[in-house]
Amino acid sequence: MKNLTLKTLAASAFLVAGLLSPAHAAGDAKHPEVMDWSFNGPTGTFDRNALRRGFQVYKEVCASCHGLSQVSFRNLSQDGGPEFSEAEVKAIAAEYTVEDGPDSYGDMFERPALPKDRFVEPYPNENAGRAANGGAYPPDLSLITKARSGGADYLHALLTGYSEAPDGVEMRPGLYYNPYMAGGKIAMPSPLLEDIIEYGDGTPATVEQMSSDVVQFLTWAAEPELEARKRTGIMVIIYLTIFAGLMYFSMRKIWADQH
Amino acid sequence: MSGESTYNPSNGVSKWLDSRLPILRLAHDSFVDYPTPKNLNYWWTFGGILSFCLVTQIITGIILAMHYTPHVDFAFNSVEHIMRDVNYGWMLRYIHANGASMFFIAVYIHMFRGMYYGSYKAPREVLWILGVIIYILMMAAAFMGYVLPWGQMSLWGATVITNLFGAIPLVGENIAIWLWGGFSVDNPTLNRFFSLHYLIPFLIAGVVVLHIWALHVPGNNNPVGISVKGKQDTVPFHPYYTVKDGFALTLFLILFSYFIFFAPNVLGHADNYIPANPLVTPAHIVPEWYLLPFYAILRAVPDKLGGVVLMFGAIFVMFLLPWLDTSKVRSARYRPLFRQFYVLFILDCLLLGYLGAQPAEGVYIVLARVGTVYYFAHFLLILPILGLVEKPKEVPESISEAVLPAAPQAAE
Repeated sequence: MKNLTLKTLAASAFLVAGLLSPAHAAGDAKHPEVMDWSFNGPTGTFDRNALRRGFQVYKEVCASCHGLSQVSFRNLSQDGGPEFSEAEVKAIAAEYTVEDGPDSYGDMFERPALPKDRFVEPYPNENAGRAANGGAYPPDLSLITKARSGGADYLHALLTGYSEAPDGVEMRPGLYYNPYMAGGKIAMPSPLLEDIIEYGDGTPATVEQMSSDVVQFLTWAAEPELEARKRTGIMVIIYLTIFAGLMYFSMRKIWADQH
Repeated sequence: MSGESTYNPSNGVSKWLDSRLPILRLAHDSFVDYPTPKNLNYWWTFGGILSFCLVTQIITGIILAMHYTPHVDFAFNSVEHIMRDVNYGWMLRYIHANGASMFFIAVYIHMFRGMYYGSYKAPREVLWILGVIIYILMMAAAFMGYVLPWGQMSLWGATVITNLFGAIPLVGENIAIWLWGGFSVDNPTLNRFFSLHYLIPFLIAGVVVLHIWALHVPGNNNPVGISVKGKQDTVPFHPYYTVKDGFALTLFLILFSYFIFFAPNVLGHADNYIPANPLVTPAHIVPEWYLLPFYAILRAVPDKLGGVVLMFGAIFVMFLLPWLDTSKVRSARYRPLFRQFYVLFILDCLLLGYLGAQPAEGVYIVLARVGTVYYFAHFLLILPILGLVEKPKEVPESISEAVLPAAPQAAE
């Protein structure tokens, strides 16, 4: 059986190395701390209250510069998200104004946003965004946790990781030191300050709390299917495991006359 | 395929059809009564698994194409539309994206199995060559598929690969422009890649039919590498191997499901969730994991044309494998020296894969050169010489003897 173990070893080494080989080369940024998010793991779910608080952080802090273009207001009431009531979502949407039209006279007009509308962009176009931010365009946040290696951990580390630039690191005006950013320099000033917002549910608005909440909200925004996906996955794996057992015993029975 | 057809039409309709188009007879002889060596191990189940992968990719792909828009202004958003608004769109897309990786895991196991047991040797050379053609088509399909979401890696991966053709002397630049349909990777490129991405799987399906045909003429190789001597060495494909393949497929699906439902993005690159931007080059342009060894070979060579030649050479050398291996013994079980070099070859491929993901600088470049030289040495030096100098172990008389060792012969 030496033969077999050799093969098994080689094959599993191949598999493991193939799957785990870092498909992305390491940058020079500090590694984010790995957090114990409630949505981690095969049975992970979002914390509904954290999602709602995170939405508030996004709305009152991030949204002044960052869009959320892939998300519609109606998504806020869907299963697996912040699960606001439909009436609440209507009220949230109505706070925004969107351009619609043309009407029957051919004119564009403005109206309050409806649940079917996407989140309203902070700038009319990318150039306007750059002009307002010293040339750096604040990225859309719809997919931010999927679009950065390290995901939610990275984002949390970035939001809470601002510090004084170490000696010898020269900072241009308009750039801020953050060791989690590749290159250490980021054009966004630390967005979260203690009590910059007042939570509706009375939770103390510490930087850590706001960061954790908004990261959770943005993870949901990037993966609104996360809870359904994991729930389905558990059922699929249970089903397949039982099926594999049946297949195994069928195989044993069919092959019995050959051994 | 040995022996007469045993198909016996059971009713009027199948009798009527059989005398006009004996397609049920073909199916019966190919997948029911097909005589299969009785000693195939689990490494042989990957053929069936690969067929499953192809069908899965085609079905999910056709449905995804109903919702996808191949235009630079809409492609990225249409993929997000699939993920967010299409019923079970996230599942379809994650099955399709991870399905590509699973397809390659299975094909690599299938190929390394063939290399270990000498399945490419006479009389199965054509079978092997058809397999290499399928593998090349798979890489083309996968590469073009990765371009479709029009993220940063889509655009820049496509730019790197299509630029390779620019290395061809004299006409290279014109070929690149012809491939792009413009002066860089842009909307015409995306459009034609979508068209070809839809076409290639059906080409693969066609070559798979030839591959199975070429398999069924000499019949399966097997772990001892000895040809089938008679009925005592085989069992009918159904139910013996349908159930064994089915069991292995189910285990494979559990692994597949793990990726789809719990780690759908670990095999991809985060940058591909950033919309493509021709003005911003990613810090590291990295292809999907299954292409990394070839990417390492490409970058190991200081000369662009040389790198391109070696990279394609690394794939095309596989066509010659049946003639480069001079040993008459098929199975590595009876080739003690080959077995050592086989393991070294796998390690070399893994090393190249690892290096393909690292930046092309410093020690990585040096290692990639060593790995590249060894890769070609394995095919062009080690295999031809090994067959001449190696003293194989004693090969059993027949499959039955190998499977049921000693007992009947003990009296002699």
